[in-house]
Amino acid sequence: MFSRFLRHHQTLAALSLLLLVALWQLAATLLHSNTLPTPIKVATVLWQAIASGELPYHLGATLLRLISSFTIAMLLGCGIGVLLGRHKTLDAFFDNWLVIFLNVPALVTIILCYVWFGLIEWAAILAVVINKLPNVIVTIREGTRTLNQDLLEMAQSYRFSRRKTFVHVIWPQLHPFVMAATRSGLALIWKIILVVELLGRSNGMGYQLHLFFQLFDVASLLAYTIAFVAVIQLIEVLLLKPLDKKAQRWRR
Amino acid sequence: MSSIDINIANKTFNADGRQHCAIADLQLKIELNQFVCLVGPSGCGKTTLLNIIAGLDSQFQGQITLTEQARQPQIGYVFQNPRLLPWHTVRENIELVFEQTPPAQLIDSLLAEMQLADVQAVYPQRLSLGMQRRVSIIRAFAINPDILLMDEPFVSLDAPTARQIRNSLQNLWLQRPHTVLFVTHDLREAIALADRLVFLSASPMQVVGDIAVTIDRQQRNDAEQIEQFRQHLLQHFPAINSLL
Repeated sequence: MFSRFLRHHQTLAALSLLLLVALWQLAATLLHSNTLPTPIKVATVLWQAIASGELPYHLGATLLRLISSFTIAMLLGCGIGVLLGRHKTLDAFFDNWLVIFLNVPALVTIILCYVWFGLIEWAAILAVVINKLPNVIVTIREGTRTLNQDLLEMAQSYRFSRRKTFVHVIWPQLHPFVMAATRSGLALIWKIILVVELLGRSNGMGYQLHLFFQLFDVASLLAYTIAFVAVIQLIEVLLLKPLDKKAQRWRR
Repeated sequence: MSSIDINIANKTFNADGRQHCAIADLQLKIELNQFVCLVGPSGCGKTTLLNIIAGLDSQFQGQITLTEQARQPQIGYVFQNPRLLPWHTVRENIELVFEQTPPAQLIDSLLAEMQLADVQAVYPQRLSLGMQRRVSIIRAFAINPDILLMDEPFVSLDAPTARQIRNSLQNLWLQRPHTVLFVTHDLREAIALADRLVFLSASPMQVVGDIAVTIDRQQRNDAEQIEQFRQHLLQHFPAINSLL
């Protein structure tokens, strides 16, 4: 009976979360230190930060940067990735560039962008884009290489227009790769964005976290983290999962 | 409708750095609305030939002339594997080959003829290979092509299924004749379907026999007639044996 209850996936997930909070509570009570506030304290701080409008403002600023840099990186990355996947010579020529950009530390690109272009908004976004772009290109390039030649020939022999070929033959095959790039991209970008904000912006999550660090305000730090993780989870559940499901419905 | 003038001087492949000659000096003229079966050993370049005619392969020396006035002839191609788009349903796969609004009535009747009306809203991967093959045949037929290319469409199907699709194919073709190039290994199948048999040699591919099938269309279902014709062929052209 109990095992059947446990087998229920959602109940299990909820239980594990609850356990995490309980462990946290236990550790906080035992340590009794300012550096590890209790879950209730953090929840109170979170509520106050939301009510005062401070958290929505900074979270909004970060999300705006996330959306704009993510969109630019995905569009550019998909275009270049398809191009490199289709043309062997171009690919051979630019492969070294990709390897170099993949291995330049994020911090270096961020600092260089700020040094060269100043502490301005688009320099911050550019820094994020440069960090994300090589990943997208590599993923989409792999996807393009695995395009089914048989189906492309079919499209050609039945005289599909370029648009029809893209929408009905190429895009459905690239879709899993685009989703993979999206997932890994969101995870990567939001980590980089915080550093970008910490180093050179006067709003956003990174800026706030830096402030809390200087004040040793661990409760606020945790409250902001929870809010951010929740937003990313919402994006996954409300946007990415349904998109995935719709695109996969034909699979056996 | 269109006749086909095939004139391929040379078609080579680059295999592991070496040039492999697939077709050399091939001349063949396919008449308007003729049903031609190409018979030859596997690997002799029949698929290559169909791809060249379909315009999928332009890396060859020579010329393919499709006589069709005023516009580019429509080509229906039934590939060896069905090549359906797995993310579209059976009906969507058929509708997709039309540039304008797909003719619903025609598609309905073709689906009924091939006994696929019940599965038209199903995704191809949930169907058996035989059913997928039938969908790909409908797709080729539906556009009412000037030229129909079929690359061993019945291979690896069980005999009753193959016979059933073959009969459907004959019915459809009799209703709306067009030029057909049909590749097969199976001499009985070829005799049952074709106006004309073209025998091809192993690569480099050349025409080694060109024989008209004289059995009346009404008697093509008669296995005995087919067998008689086959025996007659094998007796008079013993070289055929080495090609099958």
